[in-house]
Amino acid sequence: MHEKLIFEHAAPGRSADAQYPRVPVEATVPTSLLRATPPLLPEVSELQAVRHYTRLSQLNFSIDTHFYPLGSCTMKYNPKACNQYAMLPELLGRHPLAPESTGQGVLQILFELQEMLKEVTGMRGVSLTPMAGAQGEFAGVAMIRAYHRARNDLARTEIIVPDAAHGTNPATATMCGCTVREIPTQSNGDIDLEALKGVVGPHTAGIMLTNPSTIGVFERRIREVAEIVHGAGGLLYYDGANLNAILGKVRPGDMGFDVIHMNLHKTFSTPHGGGGPGSGAVGVSERLLPFLPVPIVGRDGERFRWLDQQDLPQTIGRLSNFMGNTGVLLRAYVYMRMLGRDGMQRVSEFATLNANYLMARLQAAGFEVAYPERRASHEFIVTLRREAREWETNAMDFAKRLLDYGFHAPTTYFPLLVPECLLIEPTETEPKEELDAFVDAMIAIRKEAETEPAKLQGAPWTLPVRRLDDVRAAKQLDLTWKPATA
Amino acid sequence: MSNVPADLRYLKSHEWARLEGDGTVTIGISDHAQQALGDLVFVEAPEVGRRVSAGEACAVVESVKAASDIYSPVTGEVIASNVDLGGQPELVNSDPYGAGWIMRVRPEDKAQFSAMLDAKAYQAALAAETH
Repeated sequence: MHEKLIFEHAAPGRSADAQYPRVPVEATVPTSLLRATPPLLPEVSELQAVRHYTRLSQLNFSIDTHFYPLGSCTMKYNPKACNQYAMLPELLGRHPLAPESTGQGVLQILFELQEMLKEVTGMRGVSLTPMAGAQGEFAGVAMIRAYHRARNDLARTEIIVPDAAHGTNPATATMCGCTVREIPTQSNGDIDLEALKGVVGPHTAGIMLTNPSTIGVFERRIREVAEIVHGAGGLLYYDGANLNAILGKVRPGDMGFDVIHMNLHKTFSTPHGGGGPGSGAVGVSERLLPFLPVPIVGRDGERFRWLDQQDLPQTIGRLSNFMGNTGVLLRAYVYMRMLGRDGMQRVSEFATLNANYLMARLQAAGFEVAYPERRASHEFIVTLRREAREWETNAMDFAKRLLDYGFHAPTTYFPLLVPECLLIEPTETEPKEELDAFVDAMIAIRKEAETEPAKLQGAPWTLPVRRLDDVRAAKQLDLTWKPATA
Repeated sequence: MSNVPADLRYLKSHEWARLEGDGTVTIGISDHAQQALGDLVFVEAPEVGRRVSAGEACAVVESVKAASDIYSPVTGEVIASNVDLGGQPELVNSDPYGAGWIMRVRPEDKAQFSAMLDAKAYQAALAAETH
C-alpha cells in the first residue's frame, strides 16, 4: 500500500477555492513584502488532500493501533480524558501573556502540578518550564554548575556518567561545558563503586544516573553512591527516563538525588513520538532551590502568580518564551488527578509485572536475557547474539520482521553494552493477551530465522516501504522535495 | 571470525596500534569493532598537533547504530590524521588495518605501546566477550 507524495497527486490549475482567504492577500500585505514568485504548493482538490492525509494517518504505527514496546521510551496509552479536559475552551482560549488576575484557574492547576511532582519525587521545588527531556537535562546540569559557581568552587567541571546511563547524559554534560568521566558497570548490572571512588575528587561537579538504569535493573547501592559523590563535594542528577518503574514506590529525593528531570511525556502519559511536544519538568533538593529555571508558579495566600527573575535572582534563567508546554502540562495534571496516589503505585507495579512476565515467557521460549539473575524493572534486554551467529539474523532483522507481525519494534542496539540487543518495555497499559501475542510472534520469527532466514533479512515485506538504506540516508541528506522539472 | 593481524597491538576497547619505523604509532579500530558497529557514516579524527593522553577519548566513529569514542593507547602529539575518512568513512569498514587508519601519534613513552595486548591476548579477550 504505497501512498504517493501529495505533489504527485497534483495537476496544473487544480485548487480548492473553499480554503482560500476571504480577502485577497494583496489587500492586507504591503506590496514590498509580497513574494515575487508564488510558493511551491501542491495543486490538488480538497478531496484529494483529505484522502491523502487520511491514508497517511492510517499507515501510522501508533499506541492507539499497535503494541509499542520501545524500550526506554515508555510508550504507554494516553487516556482520551486527558485530551478532553486539556481542550476545555477556557484552557484552549487562554493567551500566555494574559494578566494573572484573569488566569487564576490555569495558574492553580500548574501550581498543584508542581506540588504533586514534588511529592511523588521527594524533591523540594519543581519548575515546569523545560520544553522537553533534553532541555530538562540541560537545566539540571546548568543548575549543578550554577551551584558550584555560586560557592566559588570553580574547579568542579567533571560529570561522571556510568556506561549504563541514558544515552543523552554525556551529551548534556558536554553541552553544559563539562568534561565527561565514564565509569563501568559490573556484570551484575550495578555501578562499580571502586571505579567511582577512583574518579571522584575536587573536580567532580556531579554524577548523572538513571535508576533503574538503561539495562533495566535497579541500582541497589544508590545510597553508597550518594555518600561517595556527596562526600567528594559533587551533586547527584537523576535522569527521569525510567521513573515509570518506581512511581509511588521509591522517591529520588529519598535516595539522595539533588536534581531530577521528569519526562511528563513518558511517565505521566502525555502524547509523544513524532517529535513532541514533550515536557521535561525539573525538581531539586533544598540546596538547588535558588537556581531553578523561571517562571515558576508561586502562591501568596489565596492568589497565584508567576515567580520570575526578581523572585529568584540566582535562577539559571528562562529556557523558552512563555511558560513551558502548557497544553502538555494540563494533560499530565489530569492524568495524575485521575490516578491519585494509589493509582500511581499501580502504574509501577503493573509496569514491572508486565516486563517480568514478558521476560519470563521469552526466556522460557529460548531467548537469552542479558541480566538473567536480576529481576527486571519496567524493561529488560534480550540479546540475539546466538541468533546472529548461528543464522545470520541480527537484532535489526528481528525488529523489522516484527513490523510484519503488527508490532512496533523494541529499541534496538541500545544500550551499547549488550551485543545484538532488543530493549523491551511493555508498559503497564498492555493486557496479558497482547503480551502473549507478542511472545507468539517472537517465537514464530525465531523459527523463521532457523528455517528461512531470508524472511527476516529482507523484512519488512508488508509495509508501504521495504528495508531502507539507512547508511545512504545518513550520508546523503536530502530533506527537501523539489519537482523534477524545476 | 574477525581478522586479528599478528603484527599489531590492541586495546580491550578494540583499538589497534602499529609501531612504525620512525617511532610513531598508527592507530585505528579492529576488524571486530568495525563489524560490530556496522557501516560507518562519520569519523571524527583529532587535529594534528593536539596532545593526547593514554586512555583519552580523542576520536569518534559513528555508524547508523551507535557513536563510539576511540581511545588513544599512548600519550603524545598527534602528527597525522586520516583526512580521507571525512569523505569516505566506509574505508574503516573495508580496510580497517590499512586505508581505514585513523590517526598517528608520536609517543612520549614507548612502554605504553609495549603494554598493549598482543594479537593472542586480544583474541582471547574477544572470545571472552562473545562466548
